[in-house]
Amino acid sequence: MKNDLLHVELGRRYKFAASHRLHTPRLSEEENYRVFGKCNNPHGHGHNYVLEISVSGKIDPATGMIANLADLDAFVERHVLEEFDHHSLNDDVTAFHDAVPTTENLCIEIFRRLQKFPHAKLERVRIQETGNNSFEYAGSTEGNHL
Amino acid sequence: MVLLTRKIEFSASHLYHNPNLSAEENRRLFGKCNNPHGHGHNYTLEVTVAGEPDPVTGMVLDLKELKEILEREVMQRMDHRHLNYEVPELAGQIPTCENIARLIWQLLEPRITQGKLHRVRLYESPDLFADCYGNGASAAAN
Repeated sequence: MKNDLLHVELGRRYKFAASHRLHTPRLSEEENYRVFGKCNNPHGHGHNYVLEISVSGKIDPATGMIANLADLDAFVERHVLEEFDHHSLNDDVTAFHDAVPTTENLCIEIFRRLQKFPHAKLERVRIQETGNNSFEYAGSTEGNHL
Repeated sequence: MVLLTRKIEFSASHLYHNPNLSAEENRRLFGKCNNPHGHGHNYTLEVTVAGEPDPVTGMVLDLKELKEILEREVMQRMDHRHLNYEVPELAGQIPTCENIARLIWQLLEPRITQGKLHRVRLYESPDLFADCYGNGASAAAN
């Protein structure tokens, strides 16, 4: 198959540690606890999140790359990790002042930020909240409430 | 349709250098990957084949056969080799994860006759990988 008929994506994984509390003022205290269980404990808790992103584009023949890793790393550092790593998602990230910082919403928020990467097309964001739970978002025109 | 994935690992060395660019430009673009004597990785390759299970064998394809194809096309070519000097198909290309994944797709695709090659994923390290799909496909279709 010819090169230009193939679709190649570059995947990169980052890590950040953050705290959150699942709680919504739209529900009563009892309802919050019923829905979110221990994730509703008043002072929050934390995770070591693993963020995996995939970008696509033409492979530049001069560099062999879809996007220069240094550019991609710097963009993710500046637009996500600086604000998220070792922070409280509820308190320190404006988007979660209203929205519940579930990992679903976290995927959507990070996708929204990284979509602006100028050197390649963001295909997908995947976040592992723990080794047992992971979430993916590939962009959508529906259901995005953030 | 069922997707079947087989994983193999190989070790190889490489360096990034474009002879059409100056030494400074190479250093700026590629950083330590431009160190003149190269460096190496333990690559992990995941090959995913899509198809319907055969009603008699229950298999999309015979894993033994896939193992042999991977041994012949990938291991013998790349394992314990220097990708810049010993893999002629990469001549003139920078041996990035993207280019190696694309070459592996091109090597495997015509060899897989039961089922259809769906995805080639090549990890250079746990934090860096490339995916290659046929035209129009993407992980969204997984």
